[in-house]
Amino acid sequence: MTVTPFEIKAYPEMWAELDMDVPRFDKARLMLGELYHKSYLSQKNRPAAMTYFDNMIAEIHGGRIKELLAAKAEGRPVIGTFCVYIPEEIVLAAGGICVGLCGGSQGSVPDAEKILPRNICPMVKSAFGFKAGRICPYFQAVDFVYGETTCDAKKKSWEILDTLVPTYVMEIPQLKRQRDIDLWLAEVKDFKTKVEEVAGKTITENDLAAAIKIMNAKRKALQRLNSLRHHNPTPISGKDGLLIEQIAFYDEPVRFTVEVNALCDELEERIKNEVAVPAKKATRVMVAGTPMALPNWKIHNLVEGAGAVIVNEESCIGTRYFKDLIDESATGMEGMLVALTDRYKEIDCSCFTPNNERITQVIKEFRDSQAQGIINYSLQFCHTYNIEEIRIRKACEQEGIPYLFIESDYSAEDIGQLQTRIEAFLEQIGE
Amino acid sequence: MYIGVDLGSRTVKMAVWDGERLVDHQIAASGFEPHRQAEKMIAGYRAKRVVATGYGRHLAAEHFADAVITEIKAHALGIFHYFPGCTTIVDVGGQDSKVISLDAAGRVMNFQMNDKCAAGTGRFLEIMAASLAYSLDEFGRAALGADREVQINSMCTVFAESEVISMKNRGIPRDHIARAVHGSVADRLAGMLARLGHGETVAFSGGVARNPCMVELLGQRLPGVRVLVTGLPDIIGALGAALHGAGV
Repeated sequence: MTVTPFEIKAYPEMWAELDMDVPRFDKARLMLGELYHKSYLSQKNRPAAMTYFDNMIAEIHGGRIKELLAAKAEGRPVIGTFCVYIPEEIVLAAGGICVGLCGGSQGSVPDAEKILPRNICPMVKSAFGFKAGRICPYFQAVDFVYGETTCDAKKKSWEILDTLVPTYVMEIPQLKRQRDIDLWLAEVKDFKTKVEEVAGKTITENDLAAAIKIMNAKRKALQRLNSLRHHNPTPISGKDGLLIEQIAFYDEPVRFTVEVNALCDELEERIKNEVAVPAKKATRVMVAGTPMALPNWKIHNLVEGAGAVIVNEESCIGTRYFKDLIDESATGMEGMLVALTDRYKEIDCSCFTPNNERITQVIKEFRDSQAQGIINYSLQFCHTYNIEEIRIRKACEQEGIPYLFIESDYSAEDIGQLQTRIEAFLEQIGE
Repeated sequence: MYIGVDLGSRTVKMAVWDGERLVDHQIAASGFEPHRQAEKMIAGYRAKRVVATGYGRHLAAEHFADAVITEIKAHALGIFHYFPGCTTIVDVGGQDSKVISLDAAGRVMNFQMNDKCAAGTGRFLEIMAASLAYSLDEFGRAALGADREVQINSMCTVFAESEVISMKNRGIPRDHIARAVHGSVADRLAGMLARLGHGETVAFSGGVARNPCMVELLGQRLPGVRVLVTGLPDIIGALGAALHGAGV
């Protein structure tokens, strides 16, 4: 039997118009296709509704980019972001599109290291490298980038990135006292002003209320998917779960919500019919920590390759993105912006101090997901998650939760060591 | 007969367990095809079960092994065989260093492993020995005999090598530098042990445990702790794999 390799669709003419390094990008496209084929299509018994998400990957550098360019042609703003603290509702309310930018691949790191210091976060380097090397169509398509101040590497890299693409910065405070929340609300208002300026329109109360509904519906769909993953045995692999959380950052939100709900309907059927994806006795693992940006499937590949299954991601590309909803009962522009800010301040990123909520949340998600152990994953040089690890570890010790901490980057050089550590962790849980 | 094979980064180790005792063992360089090397080593035996561990365990399973376990579990089983009651293991091999804590029944409770670099591993010692023009055996002996210990600051193999070169060029005797290199590895292991917690005895396994200076300096850095080493620290992992095959 010949297996047709998975193909990421090529759009060389559109890429050339976007001033991309086309020959190089085309190579990256083939590599991504191969990686996807190996990591995803080799999985057995995937839900049929995953076809839509496979197609979102096939069209990641084509179909979706066309949609962004069409929106731009209509004068709608397209804004690139790097953080779940940037309020997408405001972009939607202005008729715009908010996309999470590329930043999960080793391939672009050397481009960044020509300019940025080497000893900083791999996600920041990867993202910067995608722009510097002109190998991310999203970066090429956006009107501007809206950054934030959630870590030092990003905060200072924005200044350099701004020389390549217009980059604005939202100040996210580091504590959650009233005066910090006041500042936050003012920053949200500044963001709204900036988006309105680019969109050439004023956001009305109805616009914002509608956008809040769209985003809440999207979060509810993701919450629903997450709770279905918590079923034992789980009806979907952790890799597929993570993939959907990753696609959430660039897909059109209304369509995405419909497709996630359709998948959830299928998963409910599977649960009824006792269809499980991994072996029924597969060890259930929860991942906590730093985001895994597309195509960073390193930990999931290793864990699920060893016969276990991941049932929850406590991460920005994971529950932090969708666990909280905006109160839809708020009225008036000011009231809605306050409700919106209230929701965003519930996100428990380690950039805050203290961040006790996150410790509680990790344990809660561990219980909810019926996991048997936690892998805490931190990107290299992510100081806040790396240090918060100490408190997560202590909490796991207190609760008697099997726990493994992994600090890694996007390169493949530590795969052997990680495989040993992960397999030993699974042996430890199994004993 | 139960055979355990440990396909490590530098050497392949093989241990034969007859159900009651270790009856044979072999150690050979891994070479380019570690699984072929391992196959040669087990060729003369009729084994009921062959269990593989080490970096090449999955490769071995593709070719001949009946089952695989990780080095962590293998060392736990091997050390429990020699030192039941000892709940802490330090295993330093060619590419990894690990500290493992066990419960009273020998089950793995927790472990730590070095990150993706050669710091604190056998490979680190090899590179440092070469830059001081010692053979590996001489290196440990010279370091043990040195009457002074200077400080090496860098744990990164690349930077530590530069540091060693600059020490040589400051006229520091090479046995002092050798001792400093050993000291830096012992510091790192002691740090890993402190983070994980340890009992009153610590079993030292892996090829690096044959280095007398490493044993001595690790003991010095763990006051009140007895460091236990078997006569054959290299084959602990292979023995553990054989014991696993025997259902121990």
